[in-house]
Amino acid sequence: MSDPSTSPMANAPFANERVLKRLRRRRAADRRFKWYGRMAIGFALAALTLLLGSIATQAVSAATYHVVTFDLSFDKNTFGDVQPDSPPPVDRVYGLVRDDLLAEFPETASSPALRHDLLGLVTRLAVLPVAKDLVRKPAEIGTKRRVELPLSDDLDLFLKGAAARHLTVPVGRVKAEEIAGNVTLTSEATFARLIAAASLENMQPPEMPGTGSILMTAGRSTIRLDSLAPSRVTGTLLTGTAQDFRTYPARARLIPAPESERTVSDLQIAWLLALKADGRVLRVPHWSLLTHTDSTQPELAGALAAIIGSLLTLLVTASLAIPVGILASIYLEEFAPRNRITGLIEVNINNLAAVPSIVFGLLGAAVFLGAFGLPRSAPVVGGLVLALLILPVVIIASRAALKAVPQSIRDAALAIGASRMQTVFHHVMPLAAPGMLTGAILGMARALGETAPLLLIGMVAFVAEVPRGPTDEATALPVLIYSWATQAERAWEPMTGAVILILLAFLIAMNGVVVFLRRKFERRW
Amino acid sequence: MLSELGHLPMDFLLLAAAVTLASFGFIAGRLRAEQFSFSGDIHPNSRPNAHGYFVLMWSLVPVVLIGLGYVLFGEGASRAILRSELPEGFSILTPGELTTYLDTVARAARMPDFLSGERVFDTVTERYGEIRGTVNMVTLLAACALSVAGMFVARRCLSPGFRARQHVESGIEWFLFLCAAVAIATTVGIVASLVFESLRFFSEVPVWDFVLGTRWNAQTNAEFGALPLFFGTFMISFFAMMIAAPVGLYAAIYLSEYASSQVRAIIKPVLEVLAGIPTVVYGFFALLVIAPAVRSVALWINQMLIAWGLADGAVLAAQPTSALAAGIVMGIMVIPFVSSLSDDVIRAVPQSLRDGAYAMGATKSEAVRQVIVPAALPGIIAALLLAVSRAIGETMIVVMAAGQRAQISTDPTSDLTTITVQIVALLTGESEFDSPKTLSAFALGLVLFIVTLLFNLVAINVVKRFREKYE
Amino acid sequence: MDGTLGNSAAETGVLPDAPNASVRMSCRNINVFYGEKQAIFDVSLQIADRSVTALIGPSGCGKSTFLRCLNRMNDTIEGCRVEGEIMMEGKDINSPAIDPVLLRSRVGMVFQKPNPFPKSIYENIAYGPRIHGLAQGREDMDEIVEKSLRRAGLWEEVKDRLNLAGTSLSGGQQQRLCIARAIAVRPEVILMDEPCSALDPIATARIEELIDDLRKRYCIIIVTHSMQQAARVSQRTAFFHLGSLVEVGDTDQIFTSPRDRRTEDYITGRFG
Repeated sequence: MSDPSTSPMANAPFANERVLKRLRRRRAADRRFKWYGRMAIGFALAALTLLLGSIATQAVSAATYHVVTFDLSFDKNTFGDVQPDSPPPVDRVYGLVRDDLLAEFPETASSPALRHDLLGLVTRLAVLPVAKDLVRKPAEIGTKRRVELPLSDDLDLFLKGAAARHLTVPVGRVKAEEIAGNVTLTSEATFARLIAAASLENMQPPEMPGTGSILMTAGRSTIRLDSLAPSRVTGTLLTGTAQDFRTYPARARLIPAPESERTVSDLQIAWLLALKADGRVLRVPHWSLLTHTDSTQPELAGALAAIIGSLLTLLVTASLAIPVGILASIYLEEFAPRNRITGLIEVNINNLAAVPSIVFGLLGAAVFLGAFGLPRSAPVVGGLVLALLILPVVIIASRAALKAVPQSIRDAALAIGASRMQTVFHHVMPLAAPGMLTGAILGMARALGETAPLLLIGMVAFVAEVPRGPTDEATALPVLIYSWATQAERAWEPMTGAVILILLAFLIAMNGVVVFLRRKFERRW
Repeated sequence: MLSELGHLPMDFLLLAAAVTLASFGFIAGRLRAEQFSFSGDIHPNSRPNAHGYFVLMWSLVPVVLIGLGYVLFGEGASRAILRSELPEGFSILTPGELTTYLDTVARAARMPDFLSGERVFDTVTERYGEIRGTVNMVTLLAACALSVAGMFVARRCLSPGFRARQHVESGIEWFLFLCAAVAIATTVGIVASLVFESLRFFSEVPVWDFVLGTRWNAQTNAEFGALPLFFGTFMISFFAMMIAAPVGLYAAIYLSEYASSQVRAIIKPVLEVLAGIPTVVYGFFALLVIAPAVRSVALWINQMLIAWGLADGAVLAAQPTSALAAGIVMGIMVIPFVSSLSDDVIRAVPQSLRDGAYAMGATKSEAVRQVIVPAALPGIIAALLLAVSRAIGETMIVVMAAGQRAQISTDPTSDLTTITVQIVALLTGESEFDSPKTLSAFALGLVLFIVTLLFNLVAINVVKRFREKYE
Repeated sequence: MDGTLGNSAAETGVLPDAPNASVRMSCRNINVFYGEKQAIFDVSLQIADRSVTALIGPSGCGKSTFLRCLNRMNDTIEGCRVEGEIMMEGKDINSPAIDPVLLRSRVGMVFQKPNPFPKSIYENIAYGPRIHGLAQGREDMDEIVEKSLRRAGLWEEVKDRLNLAGTSLSGGQQQRLCIARAIAVRPEVILMDEPCSALDPIATARIEELIDDLRKRYCIIIVTHSMQQAARVSQRTAFFHLGSLVEVGDTDQIFTSPRDRRTEDYITGRFG
């Protein structure tokens, strides 16, 4: 206060305007800064939500799928020679399916192209499980059986609304006349609603190239509209009879995408709707995702081989990385003299934990496959590589657990004449066990999610058989996700989402165990 | 007869031999030691069990060593013998073809009563079975003989005054040391394999062509200029850090300085979930959501630029997979790597510094920006370095979402390729490392290893210094 | 002297027991809680301007907690709650209208352990004036730094190495740097929380000299464990026990003829 002129604060009670103005500016900066932090957290949380949400959406769509039921009779003349060791009679069973479909839709008899389209509803390999069943239980020959075969993936997506976006407009009862496949529908109730919906989608029949289709369905019959007027529409009969339009209420489907840009044709949709009207198309839980092995057809593919492959790989990893990691941590923490070699090991482990995983893949390819000649694509090699990969994780976690055991426990054991080895194995290790186990599980979780090293040792092969041992060809869950995610067909996306959910379920279970262990054994010294 | 032996379940037999011989050893040692106890005149140094374990150790070690050798070299040795016996005609096969041929032979030999009907193949298979049988037999006999020998030598050592426990314990200590040495062996293995294969590569392709060349066409064994790969790796890591650095840092600051302990207890584990999600899932996310989004935005920008007359044609490449998409997703992935370590170091800044700043009348943001963050700076830099190292070495996201085209382009919506993408592309489905194509993958791996090693070592050292300063 | 005091006549009182001193801060019925636990019980204390007030008492008696109320440093501790009225210039400093940032620029604080920022000596001093916008330019700032260092008695020792890290000084120098840092903001009150407890006797003596010197310009409140120190540097002394203010008065009176039995026991070394 010697020089009050340069000392605004001293003269200023809490109401000096200049000080308060500056303060307001500083407070605004403070709030802005806090908001940056909130935005950062918000961004991270939003990214996580978007990630999990988009995957869950896909997975939900794949949780159920559509099947078509067939009543097949395996008569003795065709299947008489099937023995318990003969190859599955896929073609003969599929023959029954084909006959059934052709009988259902006689209009396809004239054209091989139409037959091909019709058979696209259910692929040949879909009957493989039925054929295998027949080989396993020849007693079924001569009987009739109802089987459910998965619908082709494109039509499945169509029914789920995920492909060939369409909207449905109920029309109700109409009058119908048919002249040589051309159907005219008239109605007192106008088609105005349909016209409004069509104009919203910029669609106008008669069909011009590059515009979508309007299908009108009643019962099991479907026409494709050629003209549309408020009280009268005309169309071409795709399947069924005009009679159905007199008996059943009609609904219209507007498909904005032109037929040439879709994976499903109008005819296939018509047939599908007919089967649906017969009650032969069911939406059922997609269990085959868990019970089938990989396939080139999305509707037939499952993750069983990959799940087993992952388990076998993890088994190898666990049996190597956990004991070696724990014993190594015991050596480093309890026995190692503090010298340059152990210092080197220490630096080495810290660094190894940060080496990119793909480098471990290179190591596996060069050493295990190249130098030692171990089999390619085998869980044993994958397990070995992943064991080396997670070893630092296990060691670092186990060391932390050992460090947390107080010195007094060691002193007490040594004081009653236990050797160092006895002290460690009888007293220290049991106390550190929960922490070590936690580290081991976290390491295993990391191994379960690793993909890149497995690609380099050939575990990316297409595996249609469930591996029976650690030296069989196998693939793993994350690798399956990679292969499916990079397929071109749309139907693989929901499938991939579903497999990711399976993988995440395993990871959540493992982390759940870790949280449980931490809660249960958390100890404060 | 010998080829029959080729089918022996060796894993099982060796395991059984180990267990049986070890139990024998234990019993033999223990029985001997009990005799001392009963004789009673001298107080034995160790308890009978320790003697048992001592003999067990000596009978087990030979079996384990031989078993390990068999697992690692058995197949290779058999093949080497077979190769040396193959007639002249086989020399027309390239090494790769020969390996494939031998793979088929080995698989055929594993099936009982295999006959293909092709005379040469069946003869080779038959001979291979005989060799395997011989190798198996020799292995088993050697294991048993050495084990029994070990057992006898060890049993002879036993006496009342023998310090069996100390010997067993030092044996265990050696074993523990070996376990710890696995980590060293791994590093040595990595360095050796990378360097060895890279040297083979550089004997065919000059180093400078590789490091400075701008054209990359490895799939056709033609051009090996890796600069576009380095560039792609740099660009994508740069995009990733543009997201992860600010988000991770501000998140860490918010969590450590602003958030209440309850909020912190919820948000921190949720952020760490991001680190626990497998990278292949991020790759799928990039492919499914981010890459299409980036593409639509790029197309929209193109349209706008043309509509406003600022450009004549498309400005942005707007590829279906793009460097930006991969960078964004990778950025999200490394957020927790930045935030977690930064949070740790910020919290390690002593409270007294905060008090000092607040007592001067600093607002919270002033204290954070001008005192706390500068004090934690080394640790924050280390966190960023580790994150960069993570981004450089990350594989699955870029494999799925970055593209395959080796080009140098500063357009973020064009597809770039990276070191890791090329390693995967070059080695997937390859088993023989004899062409420059496959060898170049190891050279790329060496570059990757060295770069990430430098980042890691600097980061680890900085963190260590920081810890020493404040703890 | 009176003219520089606050403008509220009601608060510009004189101390009942020391008619020559004017009141700088006046605390009424202060209670402090850490979560459920109460640390300060109903403390009322008036603090005289341009003098040194010492707070003494056994460990954990709440004297540091009380000190931290005076510039609202307790706000930075999660779960800490302060009740009661602390008047300064006619305003309750705990009222929402008072920004703690502004308050702390007028009530500086020096801590138990020297805590210079990890910056240069110059930057350590310049930090406060800079954030509060007290300097008009580079030369102005140089002047503030020099004046502050001179008042803290550190100028001669560091004038040639102002760019050296603050942490490179010795403990005593660091503490004087922290005092200089507090002075640089031109506070009216300086709180000192056991400023010498981490220092050796020689450094302590220098700090005590400094405190005695500073008393001419500032109102100083010092928490100390050492009764000798309280006796040496303070004019008034307040004795705290178990979170309550037991006795307050002229230092001479407290040390020669305490009114309360507990004060006497403590001063004579029977507990604490």
